[in-house]
Amino acid sequence: MKTLIIAEHNHHALKADTLVTLGAAQQLGQPIDVFIAGHDMAQLSQDTATIAGIDRVLSWDHEALAMPFSEILAPVIANLRSQYSHILLASSSFGKDLAPRIAALCGVNAVSDVIDIISANQYKRPIYAGNAIATVQNNAACQVVTIRTSAFSAPSHETAASPAHIQALSIELPDTSVRFVEQTLSESSRPELNSAEIIVSGGRAVGSDANFSLIYDLADKLGAAVGASRAAVDAGYIANDLQVGQTGKVVAPSLYIAIGISGAIQHLAGMKDSKVIVAINNDPEAPIFSVADYGLVADLFETLPAMTARL
Amino acid sequence: MTHHPLKAIVAVKRVIDYNVKVRVKADRSDVDLSNTKMSMNPFCEIAVEEAVRLKEAGLVGEIVVVSIGPKSCQEQIRSALALGADRGLQVECDTPVSPLDVAKILQKIQQEENADIFLLGKQSIDADNNQTGQMLAALLDCPQATCASRVHIEHNKAIVTREVDGGLLTVEMSLPAVITTDLRLNEPRFAALPKIMQAKRKPLAVKTLADLAIELTTDIELISVDSPTQRQAGVILSSVDELMSTLRNDPNVQMPKHDKEA
Ligand SMILES: Cc1cc2nc3c(=O)[nH]c(=O)nc-3n(C[C@H](O)[C@H](O)[C@H](O)COP(=O)(O)OP(=O)(O)OC[C@H]3O[C@@H](n4cnc5c(N)ncnc54)[C@H](O)[C@@H]3O)c2cc1C
Repeated sequence: MKTLIIAEHNHHALKADTLVTLGAAQQLGQPIDVFIAGHDMAQLSQDTATIAGIDRVLSWDHEALAMPFSEILAPVIANLRSQYSHILLASSSFGKDLAPRIAALCGVNAVSDVIDIISANQYKRPIYAGNAIATVQNNAACQVVTIRTSAFSAPSHETAASPAHIQALSIELPDTSVRFVEQTLSESSRPELNSAEIIVSGGRAVGSDANFSLIYDLADKLGAAVGASRAAVDAGYIANDLQVGQTGKVVAPSLYIAIGISGAIQHLAGMKDSKVIVAINNDPEAPIFSVADYGLVADLFETLPAMTARL
Repeated sequence: MTHHPLKAIVAVKRVIDYNVKVRVKADRSDVDLSNTKMSMNPFCEIAVEEAVRLKEAGLVGEIVVVSIGPKSCQEQIRSALALGADRGLQVECDTPVSPLDVAKILQKIQQEENADIFLLGKQSIDADNNQTGQMLAALLDCPQATCASRVHIEHNKAIVTREVDGGLLTVEMSLPAVITTDLRLNEPRFAALPKIMQAKRKPLAVKTLADLAIELTTDIELISVDSPTQRQAGVILSSVDELMSTLRNDPNVQMPKHDKEA
């Protein structure tokens, strides 16, 4: 059987999450097709076709797909299910919104947030904020699976010997009453949380959005992405999409520096698989120290400028 | 043009309290929830609160709160009634239900209730699936807005701001529609004692899966449950200098090239 990956892109390039999903899909050891929906997709479809390891690119190009809503995509993808044993998506906000809608139309449950593919129908996934790991078997004929990208890696950038076949889909647009109103994207020149090698994260103790400049200064010297605890996001110090944790982003960089973050289980759920964890907190009893490789019991307002100055 | 007052259905789940750290059973069959403090899933609390606010704003006329589970989940239904929901419905079920089961049950309930808005939590903090709302919307063939951080109802339309990767996305959709709640949508209130007393007299119906002609799905089997690999606490360093030189010498860490001491 075959695997279908639902690609996520910004109309110019595939998102890193989709490449990681391709890496995960290769573990299933069967032919892989990639489904791309959007507007003006010719170039992106061609670029995708040159990535090694892809059998076919299914390209659905329509001006209404400039904003590809799940209500439109799900019925179209569910209709392809007889050709595929696996439909894989990244566990991004796009994938989480779309995968269950596809699965329900296929009459099956989805497996969310897979961190390990044991076999063609057995997976590991975290439950209870990562405090337990479930091994599940999926007996459905067509399995809908989302991939936690922090647990897999993208294949090395190889170009296919000959490009994959591009199949243009011409499909009638499913009806939906959903209408785009507006989008506010947080613009940043820093690396993305999902793919950064180093993340500097600030918590409630940073105290204000103005003080977050201390975090940005260190991050910029390190070439790092910036993250935050929920408390910092709720207090309005920083944008919501930078929240790390059970209900935010799950990350696993080489180095995670937690600053003024206590280490609630919901926060740990999002970063405890980082290779090296540094915690800076003025409370020696803070639970974050129980997962940190290196800890500094210190005031962040003294420590941050000192660290930045040494870079 | 006048509009009929909208009906909202809020689905709530009884789960382990979010402050409690779960233990895995010695035989690895599942987690051990015996003698564990149980509460309403935090995202469901936010859904209840949002429905109550819509009612207080005169946009919603009636709030029906549904929970699927053993008799004990009536406790969470009563909590929702105390917060301001009008009536409760327990769907009796002693075995765990999958997201698709819940979606199918709510779809059946919708055939009788004809609700305009479904408010659900974006995920439950036990199974962490984040699937049910989207599945319900698929089965009802209606629009969905997941991870809502702002909900506005106007002329039988819902305008919802969603938390997405990279920022916020606002969509407009006609009703009926499914909305799943994110943490920043609102801050749930605490129920006052008189409201808790009043809630005991609000109607709470019980239905069985047989009443709804639902057969539970079996496609996902739980094979085993393990504890995650535990990280060891590392070392406490004494100064910024020591921290920086330790990081420079850690083979797992790539400090940037412009590093002063590199
Ligand atoms: C359903 C649910 C989901 C959640 N999801 C998430 C999630 O995804 N991500 C998340 O992060 N949280 C999440 N939370 C919230 C979580 O429970 C904690 O409340 C939150 O992580 C706390 O953030 P914090 O560590 O920044 O704040 P606090 O817990 O207040 O910690 C602040 C820390 O800063 C230290 N400090 C104070 N002053 C200084 C100083 N001058 N220098 C150095 N250190 C100092 C203190 O000692 C303390 O340890 C969730 C909660 C719920 C209920």
